[in-house]
Amino acid sequence: MIAVFLRELRLALRHPAEALAAVLFFVIVCALFPFGVGPSPDALARLAPGALVTAALLAALLPLDRLFAAEAEDGSLDLLLTAGLPPAGLAAAKAAAHWAVTGLPLLLAAPVSAALLALPTDAWGVAILALGLSSLILSLLGTLGAALTLGARRGGVLLPLLVLPLAVPVVIFAAGAIEAAAGGAEARPFLLLLGAFLAGALPLAPLAAGAALREG
Amino acid sequence: MAVLPGPGAGLFSQGILEAVLATEGLAIRRGGRVVFSGLSLRARPGEALLLLGPNGAGKSTLLRALAGLLRPAAGRVLWEGEDVADDSAAHGTRTRYLGHQDAIKPALTPREDLAFWARLRGGEPEAALAALGLSALAGLPCRSLSAGQRRRLALARLALGDAPLWLLDEPTLGLDTASVARLGALLAAHRARGGIVLAATHLPLPLPDAREVAL
Repeated sequence: MIAVFLRELRLALRHPAEALAAVLFFVIVCALFPFGVGPSPDALARLAPGALVTAALLAALLPLDRLFAAEAEDGSLDLLLTAGLPPAGLAAAKAAAHWAVTGLPLLLAAPVSAALLALPTDAWGVAILALGLSSLILSLLGTLGAALTLGARRGGVLLPLLVLPLAVPVVIFAAGAIEAAAGGAEARPFLLLLGAFLAGALPLAPLAAGAALREG
Repeated sequence: MAVLPGPGAGLFSQGILEAVLATEGLAIRRGGRVVFSGLSLRARPGEALLLLGPNGAGKSTLLRALAGLLRPAAGRVLWEGEDVADDSAAHGTRTRYLGHQDAIKPALTPREDLAFWARLRGGEPEAALAALGLSALAGLPCRSLSAGQRRRLALARLALGDAPLWLLDEPTLGLDTASVARLGALLAAHRARGGIVLAATHLPLPLPDAREVAL
């Protein structure tokens, strides 16, 4: 499992464009909001929590359709599935690598996006925490979606349709946490709910993705 | 995994060593069409089976089913009398599958590629590179390899560790004569250790006294 994770990181470092594209997408979407709603800080700050979370989730979706499809196309998936590795372990390694390659850079870019959306600086810490939890959940749900849509025609279109509805609670709680922090309220309950969601997805998503890979 | 002593044809003909790989009434359905059904074959340690048949006869499909990548519509694949579907991780450990595709990442070098598979399955990457004559190319990114060289890298993964069951789909596709000879040495050593080879091919393979199975 660690070997698969390290190979993913090495491949991502050799092709940094994909991870970079997701980060730039995240920043550019956040930069579009001031143009759309006007530069008034009040209006922007009202939108900021939801916009930040939504943009991050959409950005994290970008590289997901290649997660297993690239391996399936060049025959690597057959070898990985016959390497004596449990399919759920393979899915877990893939999810962890997706988060390290896509989720982590998004967190690093979060202050830039937060500034573009005029989010009060008091809320930045909670925003990064909430985005960290929600990107972890999305990596897990996305791995499941990628495994399920593998081999489907137009799988790249199907994947967001499958994953984004599942991500609705993530958007609600993550945006809620950021909004609470920006308004000086307690963000802890929202973060705990996100943590609970993550605790559920952590074992279930790799198991389900593994089952989907085995059937595929 | 049990590594048996040298094959000794006499032992086999007397039936002292039992078949370790067997299929019982195997049937595979692909896209609603039955590719083959009622297939029963057995292979003893050290034995080589050559799968022959026209395009579309189901040679690749059979190899994928034996590797555990396809679920049979009926019948079972048995290893030492036990259904391989019961413990797919153990079956993976004992199997080396070589598909049509070479499963090579263009950005990695052959040495990195083999080091990755060696971490998953054991074995010595440098020895595997040398076995297929790839040592001189080991540091180049795989995108600069020719089709034959890529095939050799895929074959070099067979030389990692000592899995007893090799499933080879058109192993010599694109290989030059020197590489075919290297593959021959690899196959002979594998069979001398008591390993089983099943190969699907349209080209002559360096597999002396292989049993032919028509599909």
